[in-house]
Amino acid sequence: MLFPRKFQSLAVVSTLCVLLVAGCSRNPSPAEQGSITIVGSTSVQPVSEVLAEKFMQLHPGVRINVQGGGSTAGITSVQSGAAEIGASSRELKSSEKNLHETVIALDGIAVVVHPRNPVSSISLGDIRRIYAGQVTNWSELGGPDAQITAVTREAGSGTRGAFEEIVMGADKIADSVIVQDSTGAVRTTVSQDPNAIGYISLASVNQEVKPLAFEGVMPSPQTVRAGTYRVSRPFIYVTKEPPTGLVKAYIDFVLGPDGQRIVEAEGLIPVRSHE
Amino acid sequence: MPASISHPATSKAKLQALRKKPVRKYLSLEMAVPGVFLLSASIVMAAVAVISLFVFRSGIPLIQKVGLVSFLTGRTWDPSAGIYGILPMLTGSLLVTITALVLGVPVALAGAVFLSEFAPITVAVVLRRCIELLAGIPSVVYGFFGVIVLLPLLRQIFGGSGFSVLAGAIVLAIMILPTVLSVSLEAIKTVPQEYREGSLALGATHWQTIKGVVLPAARSGIFASFILGMGRALGETMAVIMVVGNTTRMPRSLLDPVRTLTANVVIEMKYATGDHQQALFATGIVLFLFIMALNFAARLTFANSRRSK
Repeated sequence: MLFPRKFQSLAVVSTLCVLLVAGCSRNPSPAEQGSITIVGSTSVQPVSEVLAEKFMQLHPGVRINVQGGGSTAGITSVQSGAAEIGASSRELKSSEKNLHETVIALDGIAVVVHPRNPVSSISLGDIRRIYAGQVTNWSELGGPDAQITAVTREAGSGTRGAFEEIVMGADKIADSVIVQDSTGAVRTTVSQDPNAIGYISLASVNQEVKPLAFEGVMPSPQTVRAGTYRVSRPFIYVTKEPPTGLVKAYIDFVLGPDGQRIVEAEGLIPVRSHE
Repeated sequence: MPASISHPATSKAKLQALRKKPVRKYLSLEMAVPGVFLLSASIVMAAVAVISLFVFRSGIPLIQKVGLVSFLTGRTWDPSAGIYGILPMLTGSLLVTITALVLGVPVALAGAVFLSEFAPITVAVVLRRCIELLAGIPSVVYGFFGVIVLLPLLRQIFGGSGFSVLAGAIVLAIMILPTVLSVSLEAIKTVPQEYREGSLALGATHWQTIKGVVLPAARSGIFASFILGMGRALGETMAVIMVVGNTTRMPRSLLDPVRTLTANVVIEMKYATGDHQQALFATGIVLFLFIMALNFAARLTFANSRRSK
């Protein structure tokens, strides 16, 4: 026994007191107490907010603060202990691999063109050359003789970050590429301009734009989950150690059927089948 | 009671009776009113001070780090590489604004002359209502109009994407019309009728009178209207973002896409952290000083126009 007998009885009494107080609270379910801070990617933030809200409804004693700041800020916060969970919309770098990561969802990035554009498939190299400003005419890709209007997201955007990482590699997006500051604006631009090309979150693809097959694979929740459609990114919860206690309860909830249903409703690809 | 005090025919006795009590009541009110107004005025002043302090404190460190000259004259804006040069945006703002003035001001001025010198009263009333409506349309609607109508049109005429200095300038020209028109209209209206009569009496035609007498007499007010329009064009954000393409490359023609200073702040603020965020505040400082200088110029011309009368 770790504690003397005296302390044991004290522990029992105090536990009973806690239970009594808990029993007196309005909610009858024995809720965990405490708070979690989630800092990180603004792409993950919306789904985190919905997940946190639902979790707080189920556990009224828990406060979850969801903050933005970017994937890197989230990872640094976890390393420094300022946040319990860091949210990242990019893979961890090798220097960050000492942290524990839990993939909570996948997000596909679809390359889209105007519905009238005859091009229906594109290779990694071609997209890279379009965004680097080396390919400027659709005729070079088997389309009509028309100048390509490439549309990108603004610097700092998570979608742009993932696109740069997966598609651009070491190349930079040319400064002649049109910049739009939201998924919706990119989609509107592409739907208005027969010669435009853009990239948006798979969940935001609708009939106004035509998604292109990338390296021969059409983007869909199935191909993203199977890993055959390569332009996708994981949404990751990062913790310093393997999660325990309240953090574990929250992450378990996220990976559970309710959490994954929310993930799907937010337009992302769940990592666990919930049916 | 106020009515009886202001009434001149009140008898002396009544007046004396009135003077005793209510005066004290009025006095306390009289003393309270300036206090309340002073408070309101202080809130305005405090807001200006706090915002300026905040913007400058957030932006100055980066300007010190990068250096004012290389910040203002750098041609590359690449936050991911830590390169902050706002010359393309500075050029973009000026180019869009000047083109908008070139397109919008002649129309606005001609409209003002028409309304004051030619238009029958019924036409003038209808037109003024239309101008007020134009001024009341939210800027995002102008932007949407630009995206749906203007961009496809420019694409058809000039090819390319349509996103361009020209697209931004056309949208802005429409947006500054009401400001420039109504301010210069007021200036033209304050020209004394005698000037016109004198000119006509000397044998000048209607047009000669307008060109040689009315417009020169109203020139300070008209100039001030240009500056107000310029301030509006320079500060406008939403509508411009939607149609100029927001590239960070130096524009080489009016058909090239550009990014303005305001657009730079709005587009990147959402995800910016650290130096990048400070660089956006620094962009705000440049814009802030620019617009302050413009307001100062407008005030000066107003003062001149008043002195010349």
